[in-house]
Amino acid sequence: MQNKIIHWFKYGSPQSFYPLAGKMLPWFVTLAVIFGSAGLWLGFFVAPTDAVQGEGYRIIFVHVAASWMSMFLYLVMAFWAGLGLALNTRLSSMMASAVAPTGALMAFISLWTGALWGKPMWGTWWVWDARLTSELILLFLYLGFLALQAAIDEPRRADKAGAILALVGVVNVPIIYFSVTWWNTLHQGASVSLTKSPSMAVTMLWGMLLMALCFWMYSIAMTLMRVRVIILERERTSEWVKHAVA
Amino acid sequence: MQWHSIGEFFAMGGYALYVWGSFGVTALVLVIEPLLLRKRRNDALDSLRRERSADERNSG
Amino acid sequence: MRPGTPGILWTVVRRDLLLALRRKSEVLTSLFFFVIVVSLFPLGIGPEMSLLRIIAPGVLWVAALLAAMLSLNRLFATDHADGTLEQMLLAPAPLGLLVTGKIIAHWLVAGLPLVLIAPLLGLQYDLAPHALGVLMLSLLIGTPLLSLLGAIGAALTLGVRGGGVLLSLLTLPLYIPALIFGAGAVEADISGLGATGHLSLLAALLALSAFFAPWAATAALRVALE
Repeated sequence: MQNKIIHWFKYGSPQSFYPLAGKMLPWFVTLAVIFGSAGLWLGFFVAPTDAVQGEGYRIIFVHVAASWMSMFLYLVMAFWAGLGLALNTRLSSMMASAVAPTGALMAFISLWTGALWGKPMWGTWWVWDARLTSELILLFLYLGFLALQAAIDEPRRADKAGAILALVGVVNVPIIYFSVTWWNTLHQGASVSLTKSPSMAVTMLWGMLLMALCFWMYSIAMTLMRVRVIILERERTSEWVKHAVA
Repeated sequence: MQWHSIGEFFAMGGYALYVWGSFGVTALVLVIEPLLLRKRRNDALDSLRRERSADERNSG
Repeated sequence: MRPGTPGILWTVVRRDLLLALRRKSEVLTSLFFFVIVVSLFPLGIGPEMSLLRIIAPGVLWVAALLAAMLSLNRLFATDHADGTLEQMLLAPAPLGLLVTGKIIAHWLVAGLPLVLIAPLLGLQYDLAPHALGVLMLSLLIGTPLLSLLGAIGAALTLGVRGGGVLLSLLTLPLYIPALIFGAGAVEADISGLGATGHLSLLAALLALSAFFAPWAATAALRVALE
């Protein structure tokens, strides 16, 4: 109980973060829209046709952005989960739970667009290349985290169990990536790569960067939105939530 | 600008299915996620309001 | 007199082995599962020996992963059900040591039999004697790794609804490096590349997880028993 009272007055308490997140939300949505429009305009109207892959290469503008975000969000999730475990702060654990679904969606988008890119380029929907395979495993890790948290009713236990899993996962991600790359090179890796196009124009890079920024801002916005809902759901019995609803 | 007509833009040099399949599903996912979140938020607020009015009825 | 570290370990291992001996059918189930899964593949693929020789390392290793996973939910669940785990939490001996003991016992019961029977199954796939040796060696290094990583999943899902399916979702992605290097060692040996690289990487993973996994499993167990 003593512990709880101290945290109540901390800066990062759910009570003070709830309105703050609400104020930040429109800004990140606006930024996501601006970066997204700029990125799409560059990607579709400025970036030239690729010499080898024709117009099909334009998929990279979503594929690369989603792949980067899916990996980055896993680190962010593990960071908040670890912080929640180490300092016993409820808000950090809620942040971890709020990041995970968006990260899983990013992994899904990355796989979906990777398959749609692979079909015209390699002739098959699925190629066991190192990147796609690692992305698939990353999706499994996200799903494991989400399933574990969903299966535990008691929120604090779900937080802690999820945190341990996220930390174990984050240690394993480089090992898995290394082992998959090793396995791939031994079994004749794919010859065409989505990102190692020899004729990568500067505008393409800018387009990719802007789309990645758009996805980043979008992920922050979704995390803020979700963490607000999680706060409402978990703090439902506290006085301030009852006042906030009125 | 490399597109001469709108039709050419949508044809994507023969890669229409793959390019629009990628961008379309991505856009769909990025729209559905906030909508689902808004629904979840409204559900949470609704149940909180119901609880509150039940409390007021009991005490008053 | 208080027993030292080896004494405590030995006590836990012996206790779990005695319990396993009393429930022989459970031990035999996962071994039988291993045998039957490996024997089913030729029936699904066809008796072409040249093809079977190629898929043998992968099939044997995947079957070993599944068999090791099948026995994982017993690792803590029975002790949790009869309250022994709560007593262990209160015991003066460090919980991490007890968990390590239980992991060792799990490997002796569920992992070692797989290693011993694997060459027999390898013969079904017409593996060369040297490849059989490498297969055994890779399983000998790899199966303790499976027990160690699996213990984390078993502790996390302890007493959780739908624990069995959840356990597989949590542990199987973590098993992937073991699968790649384990099966890869046998493949490399068959193709004449030499299995040393794969085996040393597998051993490195084992050393790493022997250090971290009991610690993580203990933390997860504390969360589960809170």
